[in-house]
Amino acid sequence: MKLIFALLTGLVFGVGIAVSGMMNPAKVLNFFDLAGTWDPSLAFVMGGALVVTALGYRLVWRRTAPLFGTRFDVPKGTTIDRNLVGGSALFGIGWGVAGFCPGAAIPALGTGQWEVALFLAAVIAGFALRRVFTSIVSAKGAQI
Amino acid sequence: METAFTPLASFGGGLGIGLGAVLLMLGLGRILGATGVLSGLVFPENRDEFAWRAAMVLGMVLAPGLIFAVTGAWPALDVPVNPLMIVIGGVIVGFGASLGSGCTSGHGVCGLARLSVRSMVAVPVFMATAAITVFVIRHVLGA
Repeated sequence: MKLIFALLTGLVFGVGIAVSGMMNPAKVLNFFDLAGTWDPSLAFVMGGALVVTALGYRLVWRRTAPLFGTRFDVPKGTTIDRNLVGGSALFGIGWGVAGFCPGAAIPALGTGQWEVALFLAAVIAGFALRRVFTSIVSAKGAQI
Repeated sequence: METAFTPLASFGGGLGIGLGAVLLMLGLGRILGATGVLSGLVFPENRDEFAWRAAMVLGMVLAPGLIFAVTGAWPALDVPVNPLMIVIGGVIVGFGASLGSGCTSGHGVCGLARLSVRSMVAVPVFMATAAITVFVIRHVLGA
């Protein structure tokens, strides 16, 4: 049941992504092109998603536990560090270069367009590079 | 390339994205972050952590086909950049979102919805660098 629930959750999210226009890089890049062919649609995506999530989370958290688990696993950190700011800055740059973000590209894979598979392969290479980077940085920290 | 302003479809799609995030919290008690889902699928910690992510990714990938089955049309997907930019952008997205612990879904939707301080820093940062990047590519470099 848990896995069927996870599959349906992904389906709902993916339909939302597809209907919203988030999986269309032309539209995403135009959202950021304030000085050119600006298309403000994606502000409405954010608005709709935030309204539902902000209200829905509060309703869900009235429960003591999720349906298929023992506790709600929510990040507790409040530290603003270089990884958060630098990583987010880089993420925005990549998003502006390619026009896809991970949450849009995963459902977009279902259209069968090859550009999406190329993008996701590159994202996974980026994950792997970050793991190498982190292990080098932490090894250096250990030496000092 | 111009794209049509679609406030209703975009808002409606946004409601669906939010519903997906709420359902994952209700069912599994987890934040819906695409970066975490994908990296946990490629570099799994254990079988259980892999399985729900695989099921969820399968559901996500089935979405465009469901839309085609219902409406008879595939969702619009026009890529106005060349393959080299897709690869460069993708590597930077993967590295950055992983280092910054989240992307548009994890920080932008789930993080802001629960008033996470880290997400309130991350989102303006990546929105700003995305806008600057598009400005530089389109209006400075003229690509």
